[in-house]
Amino acid sequence: MRDRMQNTVQIAFAHVAKSFDGGRGAKPVLAVDDVSLEVRGGEFLAIVGGSGSGKTTLLRLANRLIEADSGHITIEGEDVRAADPVMLRRRIGYVFQSGGLFPHMSVAANIGITPKLKGERETDIAAKVDELLDLVRLDRSEFRDRFPHELSGGQRQRVGVARALAARPKIVLMDEPFGALDPLTRDALSDDYRALHDRLGLTTVMITHDMTEAILLADRIAVMRGGRLLAQGTPSELAQTDDAYVGELLATPRRQAGRLNALLPRGSA
Amino acid sequence: MSLLSDPRWGEAWTHLPDYLGSHVRVSVAAIALGLLISLPLAIAARNRPVMRNLLLGVASIVQTVPGLALLALFYPLLLAAASLSLSWFGFGFSAFGFLPAVLALALYSMLPVLRNTITGLRGIEPSILESAQGVGMTPMQSLASVELPLALPVMMAGIRTAAVWVIGTATLSTPIGQTSLGNYIFAGLQTQNWVLVLFGCAAAALLALAVDQLLALIEAGLRARHRLRVALGGAGIAALVAATLVPSLARPSSSYIVGAKTFAEQYVLASLIAQRLRAANLSATTREGLGSSVIYEALVNGDIDVYVDYSGTLWTNQFHHTDIRPRQELLDELKAELAKKNVTLFGELGFENSYALVIPKRRAEALGIRNVADLAAFAPTMSIAADYEFFSRPEWAALRKAYGLNFGNQRQMQPDFMYAALASGEVDVIAGYTSDGLIAKYDLVALGDPKGAIPPYDAVALIAPKRAGDQALREALRPLIGRIDITAMREANLRAAGGDGDASSDAVARWLWEKTESEKTKR
Repeated sequence: MRDRMQNTVQIAFAHVAKSFDGGRGAKPVLAVDDVSLEVRGGEFLAIVGGSGSGKTTLLRLANRLIEADSGHITIEGEDVRAADPVMLRRRIGYVFQSGGLFPHMSVAANIGITPKLKGERETDIAAKVDELLDLVRLDRSEFRDRFPHELSGGQRQRVGVARALAARPKIVLMDEPFGALDPLTRDALSDDYRALHDRLGLTTVMITHDMTEAILLADRIAVMRGGRLLAQGTPSELAQTDDAYVGELLATPRRQAGRLNALLPRGSA
Repeated sequence: MSLLSDPRWGEAWTHLPDYLGSHVRVSVAAIALGLLISLPLAIAARNRPVMRNLLLGVASIVQTVPGLALLALFYPLLLAAASLSLSWFGFGFSAFGFLPAVLALALYSMLPVLRNTITGLRGIEPSILESAQGVGMTPMQSLASVELPLALPVMMAGIRTAAVWVIGTATLSTPIGQTSLGNYIFAGLQTQNWVLVLFGCAAAALLALAVDQLLALIEAGLRARHRLRVALGGAGIAALVAATLVPSLARPSSSYIVGAKTFAEQYVLASLIAQRLRAANLSATTREGLGSSVIYEALVNGDIDVYVDYSGTLWTNQFHHTDIRPRQELLDELKAELAKKNVTLFGELGFENSYALVIPKRRAEALGIRNVADLAAFAPTMSIAADYEFFSRPEWAALRKAYGLNFGNQRQMQPDFMYAALASGEVDVIAGYTSDGLIAKYDLVALGDPKGAIPPYDAVALIAPKRAGDQALREALRPLIGRIDITAMREANLRAAGGDGDASSDAVARWLWEKTESEKTKR
C-alpha cells in the first residue's frame, strides 16, 4: 500500500498566491508568491525559511485556515475550494507551534476532540486516547486526566501530536512543532515522530526555520524566502543548487558538523 | 424602649415573606431577561467593532440614568404599548408593577454582562481560537466548547455585578407598584419609621450579599475547574429562590387591593380601608408607596381596587385643568369627568389636605399676619421652602399672581424635614400640607387663602371601574365617608410620624377608627 501511495500526489500547490492587507493604508504584503509544490504519499517534507518567508501561510492554505487568492490547492486529489473546510480539517492532522491545547480540557479530552466532533462513541474515543498516549509514549494512567498547565513543554507537544493523529489522518501538517523545546526533548520527540510517520505511513509537511532539523528529519526540503519557493529536493539535491541563500542555509549545519567532529573526537562521547 | 424590643421589628418581620419573595421574583426575572438579551448580543458583537462600541455606548448611557427615573419611565411607555396592543390585537396587559420593573431592571443589568462577556471572549488567545478551527470545529462548536468555557470566569464576574445592581435597584420598584424590599424603605421614610428603613436596607443588603457570595463561589469554581464548588453555588442560588417563592405561592391571593401613595397619611388611610374591608369579611391587602401619577392609572387599569386621592390633585394633575373653581363645583365636575373613565368617586372623607403657606404662630402674631395677603408685604425679606414639586405646580403660580408674592429665597426640601426647618428658623415660610400633624406639634399656623388661589383638596375615595357595581365594597367604605375631620387626621398623621411602637400605619388606622366611632356617639 505504501508503495502505491508513494506514487500518488497527496498535496499539490499550483501557482498559489496569497497577500495580506498591510493595515492602515500600507501596501498589501505578498505572503505567498506563485508557489508550486507537490508532496507525495508517505513523504516527509520540511519547509525551511526565516520569519516572513511565507512558510506558515503556505501550510495554513492547505487546510483552509487561510483562503488562497489565486492558484489551485489539491488534497488527496480534491480541490480544497470544493471541500467543506470543517470536514477538510477533520481529516488532516495539524500540530500547532506550542501545542495549541485547550487549557480547560484534560489531556484525554484534548486528544479525543476531533473524534468527538465527528460523533464517535465515548467508549471508542477512550480506547483510542489510551492507544494514542502509548503511541506518543506518555503513561496512560498518569497523563489521561491531567490538564495542559500541569504538563512540561515536551509533554504538551506529545499531546499535540496525539491529538493531530486521533482522527487517523493520512496527512499531518506541523507548524514549527519542536521549535520551543530544549535540545534533548526536541531530539527525542522528533525521532519519535519520524518513527510514527514511517509506521503509520503518514504524509507530513513540517515547517521549521532550522535547516539542521530539516536535514535530519525530512525526506525532502523546500526552501522559501519572501513568499517565493527558492528550491526543493532531497538534502543532497539541495546541496547541488547554486542559489546563494540556499547555500547560506546549508553552510550552517556543515560548519556545525565540522566543528562538532573536531571538538568531539570519536569514542569520547 | 430598647431598639431590639421595639414592636416594629415584629411588624417588619410579618411582611418579610411577601416583600422578600416579590423582591427575589422581580430580581431573578430581570437578571434572567437581562442575560437572555445581553449574552447573544455580546456574542454577536465580539468580532464587530462598530456594533460592539454602539452596544457598550448605549448600555453605558442607560447606566447613567438614575434607577428611579428609569423605572418610572417604563411605566408610561408600557401604558402606551398596552393601549396600542389593546386596540390592535384586542388584548392589553398590566403596565403596572412586575412588568415595567422587570424590563427596567433587565436594561439596568446589561452593561456589566455585555462588557465582561465581550472582554472575556476577546481575551482568549488567538492561537487557541486557531487551534479550535484547526481540529475541525465549526464556529458554533468553537463558541460553545472553547470560547464560552474559557470566557466564563470573566462573564461570571459581570453577572455578579449585574445581580448586585439589580437586587439593590429593585428596591426602587416600589413606586411603580412592584412590591419589593423597597416597601420597607419607602414606608419608613414617609412615616419617619427608621426601624423600617433600616430593616429594608439590611434585608436588601443581606440578599445582595448572599447572592453575590454564591455567585462568587460559582465563579471561583469555574476558575479552578472545581465542579463541586460550581454545583454548591448553583444549589445555593436555587435554594434561595425556592425558599422565597414557596411562602408567597402558599399565600392566598387577596381579592381587594388598596393603594397608597408615598406619604404617611396615605399609608394610614389605606390601612384604615383595608381594616374596614376585613371587618366586612372581605379579604384585602395594601399596595403602598405608589407614585402619584402611577396610582391613578393603576386604579383605571384595575391593578388596585380602591384608594384615596385629593380633588385638587386630580383636577390639576389628571385632568390638566388650570382654572380653579369653588369647592362643590369642582367636586361635581370631577365626579362627572371620572365617571367618563368609569372611575367612581365614592365620596369625601371629610377633610382637606391642601397646600398652605405655614409660618410659626408666634411670628404670625408678632407681625400681625393672618393670611397670605398679609404675608405678601414681608415676603421679599423672607425665605420659603417647599417639597420637590410645589414650585412647578400651578398652585404656586396662582398664589404668586393673586397676592404678588415674591420671596427673597426659595428652597426645595424633603417634606418631612420642612416643618423642623421652619420651627428652628432655618426658613421663614414653608408650603406645608393642611392635614399635617406637625403643624400642631411645632406650634405653626396655616395661613388663610382669602382670594381662593389654591384649589380645594378634599380627600376622596375612588373605586376602580371593575368594582363599580360592587355593593359589598361600597357598604364597607360607607362608614368612612364624611367622618374623618381635619383635627382627627392631623393627630393621626402626627401619631404616624411619632417614631415609636404605636406609629405603625395599622395601629394609627385603628386609633383613627376608634376616634371617629367615639365622635359619632358624642354627636
